[in-house]
Amino acid sequence: MHSRVGDRGSAIHAALFGLFLFLLVAVTVYIFVAGIWPMPPAITEVGRWIDRQYDLTLWVTGVVFVLAQLALGWILWRYRDRGQRAVFTHGSTVLEILWTTATFILFIGLGVLAVRAWSEVHFVSPAPGALQVQVMAEQFTWTFRYPGPDGKFAPTSPQYYSSSSGNPFGIVPDSPDKDDIISGALVVPVNREVELLLQSKDVVHDFYVRELRIKQDVVPGMVIPIHFTPQQVGTYEIVCAQLCGLGHNHMHSYLRVVTEQEFEQWLREQAQQAQQ
Amino acid sequence: MGSGETADVMTRPTAVEDPHVELLEQTAAGVGGPSAPTGGEGGSGGSGQPLAVPRRAYLTGLTLGLAAIFMFFMGLTSAFIVRRGLGNDWVRVSLPPVLWLNTAVLLASSVVLERARQYLARGESGRFQSWWRLGAALGLLFLGGQLMAWRQLVAQGIYLATNPAASFFYVLTAAHGVHLLAGLVAVVVIALRRWDRSRIGRALAVDLAALYWHFLDGLWIFLFLLLRMGQ
Amino acid sequence: MSAQAHPAAHGVEAPRGWIRRYVFSTDHKVIGIQYYLMSLIAVTIGMVLSWWFRAHLAWPHAHLPGFSGEMKPEEYLALVTMHGTLMVFFVLTTAPQGGFGNYFLPIQVGAEDMAFPRINMLSFWVTFASFLAMVSSFLVQGGPPIAGWTSYPPLSAVGQVAGPGLGTGETLWVISIALFCAGSLMSALNFIATTVELRARGMSMMRMPLTVWGWFVTAVLGLLAFAVLLAAGILLLLDRLAGTSFFIPAGLVFNDTQPPLAHAGGSPLLYQHLFWFFGHPEVYIAILPSMGITSHVLSTFSRKPIFGYRAMAYSMCAIGFISFCVWGHHMFVSGMSPYSALAFSFLTLAIGVPSAIKTFNWLGTLWGGRLQFTTAMLFAIGFVSLFVSGGLSGLFLAQPTVDLPLHDTYFVIAHFHLVMGVAAIFGIFAGTYYWFPKVTGRRMNETLGKLHFWLTFIGAYLIFMPMHWMGIVGALRRYADLSSVQYAQPLEPVHQFITVAALITGAAQLLFYWNLIWSLRHGEKVDTNPWRATTLEWSVPSPPPHSNFLEPPRVYRGPYEYSVPGMKEDFVPQHLAPEQVARAS
Repeated sequence: MHSRVGDRGSAIHAALFGLFLFLLVAVTVYIFVAGIWPMPPAITEVGRWIDRQYDLTLWVTGVVFVLAQLALGWILWRYRDRGQRAVFTHGSTVLEILWTTATFILFIGLGVLAVRAWSEVHFVSPAPGALQVQVMAEQFTWTFRYPGPDGKFAPTSPQYYSSSSGNPFGIVPDSPDKDDIISGALVVPVNREVELLLQSKDVVHDFYVRELRIKQDVVPGMVIPIHFTPQQVGTYEIVCAQLCGLGHNHMHSYLRVVTEQEFEQWLREQAQQAQQ
Repeated sequence: MGSGETADVMTRPTAVEDPHVELLEQTAAGVGGPSAPTGGEGGSGGSGQPLAVPRRAYLTGLTLGLAAIFMFFMGLTSAFIVRRGLGNDWVRVSLPPVLWLNTAVLLASSVVLERARQYLARGESGRFQSWWRLGAALGLLFLGGQLMAWRQLVAQGIYLATNPAASFFYVLTAAHGVHLLAGLVAVVVIALRRWDRSRIGRALAVDLAALYWHFLDGLWIFLFLLLRMGQ
Repeated sequence: MSAQAHPAAHGVEAPRGWIRRYVFSTDHKVIGIQYYLMSLIAVTIGMVLSWWFRAHLAWPHAHLPGFSGEMKPEEYLALVTMHGTLMVFFVLTTAPQGGFGNYFLPIQVGAEDMAFPRINMLSFWVTFASFLAMVSSFLVQGGPPIAGWTSYPPLSAVGQVAGPGLGTGETLWVISIALFCAGSLMSALNFIATTVELRARGMSMMRMPLTVWGWFVTAVLGLLAFAVLLAAGILLLLDRLAGTSFFIPAGLVFNDTQPPLAHAGGSPLLYQHLFWFFGHPEVYIAILPSMGITSHVLSTFSRKPIFGYRAMAYSMCAIGFISFCVWGHHMFVSGMSPYSALAFSFLTLAIGVPSAIKTFNWLGTLWGGRLQFTTAMLFAIGFVSLFVSGGLSGLFLAQPTVDLPLHDTYFVIAHFHLVMGVAAIFGIFAGTYYWFPKVTGRRMNETLGKLHFWLTFIGAYLIFMPMHWMGIVGALRRYADLSSVQYAQPLEPVHQFITVAALITGAAQLLFYWNLIWSLRHGEKVDTNPWRATTLEWSVPSPPPHSNFLEPPRVYRGPYEYSVPGMKEDFVPQHLAPEQVARAS
């Protein structure tokens, strides 16, 4: 004899699942394919490599997502209780081996392909002529420091931190290289490699610019370098991507990528102001 | 299927339907589950009744507890190693020499407690009591010695927050000491209580307490070496 | 039955008196209900907190009830912190394991109680004390902490100088978590000892229900992981209260206040390593029991053995083991070694394999079945769909390359909510609808249950799918509002959509609460085995007597023998001797 513990409405639920899972898949695929909420275009070559890896991952997961959800929907409809007898099986070792191997190859394969872009971000050092800019993160501001005309950074010490008096980096008073340029925005020339030296004076922050695709925690007690070569002139937002306190969502600045001439001019103007 | 075969469906894998059917008939020897506690296997409780839970379960439980304690100290140890490697501000704390004495005392207490346990296993209750109490006294001496080590450091002006090495010294010795104190309480309770109405018997309690104690002894050796390595 | 000397229930008779029976009880069934009820309170608070901050995200300038004026950022962050903390610890770590596990593990293995009933009782009350400490942070000056459920130092370690809520509120948070660790360790010890030592005759490991495997592996994870969290918590507490510098580097200046804080040389990264060494196993602790329940329920209502029982058991063990090796994937951008990032990445991708195996086997269980859509079954099926969705987004985050733009965005929120905040919860719902008859002797109302399922299932997808796209655009976590971020302005309508969906889905949970309460009194009465299921809990009365079994059970076969050919019924219980099983005529 067979049991019937559920009600007779199995067709309803099977149909609802089929319908909903189909809609889920259709809407999700549509939104991705139509690019309704895309990432902005990357402005560095590494950024484009990251995007390629993202696209590959999207394809792989997209196909699996569609197949798995639709398979679920189909199975529910096909095998809803219509009085049939269930198939008595405990499984299939062959299938287990097959899908384990396939999954392993697929997932690890993704990982292998992802290595290159990561290496470019973290294992390759910036070229010697890269523009060095120091970045100071604090609750809740970003400040940037360029070496002045002498090309050297002035010495600093925490006991001299004073953002309210214009010395967020804690430059030692009366030091000879006090010509450093302090700026609230990160201005860099296009097509030139930039190396940022990230520091924090209070809690952990995170430097993120979407168009660079690079994100890096800024940890007090460490100086963390990241580098990139922007290839597109424009103004891009810098946000903080690690909870740093009540002003976390207002910790905001700009990356301005300008032409080489504009950059030189900007440096000159800033240097003049620094001397005043 | 013939009638003979239907009976077989329940007793052995059916080659026809599905080789994975595992409807095994329970054999006289029993299959699987270890916990068929008979009166003998379980061991006696204090009142001579069979244990509610097999004896082995208590030892398993204690072993699991020791695994957790081990992981706790591994967390602290990895913090120690990482912190030490970080840098340039690691000021060495010269470990008070009394620690050597304490280590010897703790080792002795382990030996003594183990001796006591063996006396009990041989039924020599009197000898058990003397050695057990001696072990407890040595344990108390160890804890006293640890406190003395602390006082010696404080006398040198080295407090918990003075420098990282000091912080770890205090934290590791305090954590170990707290666990040992709990063990000491168990040892003392075993020495003093009446066992005729207990749930687990004295023999099992002694086994558990001794195992716990030896573990903490070994842990101390490890921590002591770690602290010395950090110097 | 052999008449061997089976001891009376742990030498303890059934207690009398209301306090001993229902409050300070050592009966695992009572303790299981206590854990479940505590979780129910925690999830209610956590859900209500989420309504508040979701409302703020949708309408940032609104004056919400309970707030004087617009919600301030620190209030928002406090809501988010407490929401995460309550949900992760007091719901997901508690209900599936402490609730269902406590109630059903002993019965399903054929034992009278847990190995150490008094430690079991202690574990509940310690956990309850932890809960009280946590919610008391709402009442102290400065309010609850704002450092997120992850509580990273230095933000969480330096005290009030870093912001409101980071004084007493944060201290209470750390103490609460430390207590929670103690309670969890005791509970884990009990679960493992019971599974290893107290199984009934014939109940080999490979005949245990997958629910038991889930609780068992979860307990192993808990035993090892919570111990490390306790260490981290103690060090954090010392940094806060005793002036040590485990996690606080030198030279910190807050708000221009000179001189720099009197700390030196600690490492914020050290905390992250310790925390996530716990934190990653923790999320598997949150989901493994629900995986077990899903397997169990799918098999029951497909009237089919679970497909690939051994693969299911081994994959749980593999997930458990590997979960200790992947914690660095939470720290790809933290400043830790980028080489170790690659190692963590490959291990993380590897842990996706046993998870995928489980999904295939769930589909294999449904395939060829005779599917009966009871409410419990609906939630179990929902689990599979949600686990696929949530698990796949993990593939993005497992690669450090792709994690770079997605870290700390709404994409991550989407990922972990789909797997934890919905799928794991669906396991709890499935377990509730499935086992309510056993605990109470009555069924829950199926119509209400099915309505509850559909509203929640659709609602959950409406809430969390859009978050993927928000994250891709670049909307960041823990942002009280998007007003400072120009590129995020177009996302305001999405926030509103999500909030409306969340409020409606939240309201739908009233169906569940009502169903629970109503069914206690008016639910249709059932016999011992309303689902015609095979495992041992369905062989005892509803509710089970104090010692669960009237005489020690004996197990003759595996846990999922449904639709066995040649049998009269389409299920063969584990405890029936072969000669007692009716054949087809």
